[in-house]
Amino acid sequence: MIELKNVTKVYSTRKGPRTVLDNINLRIEKGEKLGIIGQNGAGKSTLIRMISGAESATSGHIYRGMSISWPLAFGGAFQGSLTGMDNLRFVCRVYGVPIEPSIPFVQSFSELGNYLNEPVKKYSSGMRARLAFAISMAVNFDCFLIDEVVVVGDSRFHEKCHNELFVKRQDRAMIIVSHDAAYIQQYCDRAAVIKSGQLTYFESVDDAYTFYQAQS
Amino acid sequence: MIKKETFHHTSLRQSLVIQSRVIGALLLREIITRYGRHNIGFMWLFGEPMMFTLGVTTLWTFAKMAHSGSLPIVAFCITGYSSLLIWRNTTMRCGKAIEPNLALLYHRNVKVIDVFAARIILEIAGATLSLTILSLVFSAVGLMELPADIVIAFAGWLLLAWFAGSLGLIVGSLSERSETVERLWHTLTYLMFPMSGAVFMVQWLPQQWKEYILWVPMVNGTEMVRHGFFGNAVRTYEDPAYLIVVNLVLMLIGLSLVKETGRRVEQQ
Repeated sequence: MIELKNVTKVYSTRKGPRTVLDNINLRIEKGEKLGIIGQNGAGKSTLIRMISGAESATSGHIYRGMSISWPLAFGGAFQGSLTGMDNLRFVCRVYGVPIEPSIPFVQSFSELGNYLNEPVKKYSSGMRARLAFAISMAVNFDCFLIDEVVVVGDSRFHEKCHNELFVKRQDRAMIIVSHDAAYIQQYCDRAAVIKSGQLTYFESVDDAYTFYQAQS
Repeated sequence: MIKKETFHHTSLRQSLVIQSRVIGALLLREIITRYGRHNIGFMWLFGEPMMFTLGVTTLWTFAKMAHSGSLPIVAFCITGYSSLLIWRNTTMRCGKAIEPNLALLYHRNVKVIDVFAARIILEIAGATLSLTILSLVFSAVGLMELPADIVIAFAGWLLLAWFAGSLGLIVGSLSERSETVERLWHTLTYLMFPMSGAVFMVQWLPQQWKEYILWVPMVNGTEMVRHGFFGNAVRTYEDPAYLIVVNLVLMLIGLSLVKETGRRVEQQ
């Protein structure tokens, strides 16, 4: 179980403090799939970074009762001067996962060939996305945090990702944030809409979608 | 296994396991960019001080400087340069250390302090290795003697390393706030070089300067290392207690600055 209790996040800006998330409550059980819909800048990424622990809350409490991935955003979380292989080794070491068994999977899934031994900063955004996804599948988490997935890659790559994440790992919990309500609709059991720092829950994804559309 | 460790209530022992794993991963990551994938890069660790030592020894021999007297010049250069190297490199490498590692902070267990710790450990290890290997090589070819009192030499070195690490935390955190700090520190480092004790012994200074120069923390460390190397052949003036107090104060400041930096950097 993951639980957020009265979590508030305030950023200090030049114009004074700005409350991005205001008294958020969230609870997700094992295997549950929650979608969070919101427009750009609504605080989706902030929320997901706080759940992951990459960022700390200004106030409130976050309980993490299962292992949680870093926010999978098809990029980020990697060091540019290191090669794809170095980045894989780094991630394995940080999460205490044996390196050797992960290599074949990353090699075949990423289809990067010799580029795996080139610095990540030389990669195109598509290559980066393939590496990022492959590496994030190397560690087994109970809960995957997914931040705006659908932006890069061709349809065949999407198909592969879909298979790895939603078919092979369908027993895992997932929190997916997106401004694309159709995507949420496809994968989530229930959904919430984030707006003006508030989370509003809905029984069905359809209701959330309707609410979201009425808002925008 | 992972499951247990990511529970909110992590015991101190589990936390230590995680942190050493993270620092280990960062260390290996830093080695790649610091020394390059090809092992030539690593050679500079010894190459640079070795060239410096040989250069100064040559100059010194030709110029027959007044101070030389009974002082073994090769050992003087090696101890001086290494004592400079340890705090200079450590603080320089801590400057702007976060930026290239920002993406790695995405992983929950990777914290700002770990990034600094990895760089500090690497620089201290590098300088220690350099001092050890140079001492062994030069003593093997008969250009210098091994330390007369290894315990004092080691204690002095340890105090210098502690000083370097604490100062590194401060410089690293401050450089994250503004570009100016890093540039200012570069300049300061050059200004501190002649004052750090690397190129003189306190004994050589006029009596009235001695007490002032000993306010410079590094001088105490360098003197102590030389005390260990030369034994009673030379008179040294270190005050280890003073250096310990300075280190404690610097470390306290450093750690609180790092904590503050962590709060700021993580929200990007």
